[in-house]
Amino acid sequence: MSELIVFSTLNGLQYGLLLFLLASGLTLIFSMMGVLNFAHASLYMLGAYLGYQISSWLGFWIGLLVAPLLVGALGALIERFGLRHVHRHGHVAELLFTFGLAYLIEEVVVMVWGRIPVSYQVPEILDFPAFTLWATSYPAYRVFMLLVSMAIFLGLLLVLTRSRVGLIVQASLTQPKMVSMLGHNVPMVFMLVFGVGSALAGLAGAIAGPALVTQPNMAVNLVPLLFVVVVLGGLGSLTGALLASLLIGLVQTFAIAGDFSLADMARAIGLSMNVPQVLSELWNVTLAQLAPVLPYLLLVLMLIFRPTGLMGSRES
Amino acid sequence: MTNSIFFSRRGLLMAAGLCALPIVASAQDTIKVAYIDPLSGSAAVTGEHGARHFRYLIDKVNAAGGVLGGKKLELVLFDNKGAPQETIVQAQKAIDDGVKFIYQGFGSNVALALTDFIAKHDERNPDKRVLYLSYGPMDPALTNEKCNFWHYRFESDSNVKISALVEFMKGQPALKNVYLINQDYSFGQSVRTEARKQLRDKRPDVKIVGDELHPLLKVNDFAPYIAKIRASGADSVITGNWGADLSLLLKAAGDAGLKTQWYTIYGGLAGAPTAIKQAGLDGQVFQVVNWHANVPGDEMQALNADFRRQYNEQGWWYLQAKTSIDMLVRAINKVGSADPVKVGLALEGMRYKNAIGADVLMRKEDHQLIQDLYVASFSSGVPVDEEKTGWGWKTVATVPASALTPATTCRMVRPE
Repeated sequence: MSELIVFSTLNGLQYGLLLFLLASGLTLIFSMMGVLNFAHASLYMLGAYLGYQISSWLGFWIGLLVAPLLVGALGALIERFGLRHVHRHGHVAELLFTFGLAYLIEEVVVMVWGRIPVSYQVPEILDFPAFTLWATSYPAYRVFMLLVSMAIFLGLLLVLTRSRVGLIVQASLTQPKMVSMLGHNVPMVFMLVFGVGSALAGLAGAIAGPALVTQPNMAVNLVPLLFVVVVLGGLGSLTGALLASLLIGLVQTFAIAGDFSLADMARAIGLSMNVPQVLSELWNVTLAQLAPVLPYLLLVLMLIFRPTGLMGSRES
Repeated sequence: MTNSIFFSRRGLLMAAGLCALPIVASAQDTIKVAYIDPLSGSAAVTGEHGARHFRYLIDKVNAAGGVLGGKKLELVLFDNKGAPQETIVQAQKAIDDGVKFIYQGFGSNVALALTDFIAKHDERNPDKRVLYLSYGPMDPALTNEKCNFWHYRFESDSNVKISALVEFMKGQPALKNVYLINQDYSFGQSVRTEARKQLRDKRPDVKIVGDELHPLLKVNDFAPYIAKIRASGADSVITGNWGADLSLLLKAAGDAGLKTQWYTIYGGLAGAPTAIKQAGLDGQVFQVVNWHANVPGDEMQALNADFRRQYNEQGWWYLQAKTSIDMLVRAINKVGSADPVKVGLALEGMRYKNAIGADVLMRKEDHQLIQDLYVASFSSGVPVDEEKTGWGWKTVATVPASALTPATTCRMVRPE
């Protein structure tokens, strides 16, 4: 049992931190620019493919460094030459733009690399079990993922709270008009933020690629989950995004380990109930089977009881 | 949608090209064969590769002079996006287009909708009948309670595949604790039920230590499931998972250093070989198939090599595609017509020596192809590899067709 708890915690933390890497970029973009960027997870996938391609030529570390930069540059270009024009036509146009962009990126990736997953390898230097507990080994690469995510969180937090750029970004969160009236080049800041956000997605992809499987639809399931993280955490709050990511990671992981249903629980507290036929299906569903729904349940509860999210300061 | 337009346009171009030749081949002179499978969306990787099989086979038939002494087969592709409703729309389009034979291979839910549609259509439109040749769906219902005269299945059903797997597992003395993990939908559930039943019958001493259903294609990281499998003390896992659900599962197992045996149904499809190699599970992952690239047999070996040259080293998957086209051509030539009813009657009960020299039979009672199955492990050091991994499938057991002839409840009505 303790084995399951320890490894579920580790897996949950690591999954949560990966979510955070993705959500941090989205939080920046969503809260600053109000853009629901549907293409964010596609940029993550692109990061994984670029990482794979570059690492196959120049080695893993260069791939890990260059792929996010490329994705970031692409993000900046998308903002400068796409979103900025679409922006004038309102939020619906932006939404449709990023939605189309997601498909476009996926199709391009399929055209270049095909639909079969590519073999993105863990670098040899990290290809060993970091530690072994009760005969289960925990791969060093996953520890590395954990550390990189933590480092990114700390780095971002420092930049946002301690630097001049961070001050402007923070100010734009609540008072965008005022910031631009003070003479700051808000469009430039937007481009920068979109670029950095995209680069973070690219980094997440380049890191996750070898640990998970690099394939064209690796991003599909993440899109809705990312929005859950952003809303749960609260708009514009990096700490909120971190807490929400960890919460979702841990909740999902522990739910999977939970092999009990409502019926089992009732039995455990000495209750024997006759459930009507219609409900028996629901009555016997185990927590593990519910795991994928739980984040959305959290989302609904959060929107009802605390629409600003865990750490958010603004409602929309 | 876009894909089918694209392909039919290409078809038109090819037809135009043929017209320019001195021998005029008008559209009426071809026998149209439809291929209805996902050519877009998340399952497109399977659908597209399947289409290549039929493109390749039909090109070969035509190059060798076609059927009925000179008639050509014409492949028309339809994109059903993997959805049952869309399949019906596309099947209607195919029939309106003059198609006589419909191939479909992805998804039992699609197959159940399609077989129902075609049976009704053929009853109501005796002048526009079509045959449904299925090369992938494994739901046993298709050749039992849902069987009909118009449906012919060239893939073995999932119960047969599981019984071949269990037959192999029976001889594994180390097997003690089995864990079942499957996708939460009809196919995953039937794998789980059947595996439980057959293990109870053939190896009552084996304990089932876990029985997991997880959401279909929604899990991003299987590490939590692997932790659970580990905690259960399982030494073997049976799974009907395919696609990302199989790749991610095996990948996570490799990461955690889990040393169980993996018994799969779909270990040979796109992506799984890459994942097994990455996870370093040498010789630990088994699949049950009617053919793999290292089964002896010169004809299939040569075909696979030629196919791989054409398609960037992606190997051949479906022996049954070859078998079904061969048997279709033979049936058409035998009755001297492409009339679906006559061809169907000729296919029934047809015995055939397939491309690896083994005898197969299209059983008359339920239109199920009876064929040998192989249990194979994915290992290093074999002659032909998959997905450029350097590893390939190695036969560990052959289960002859004679041991795999399940009873059927099918009572079909034949046309006059």
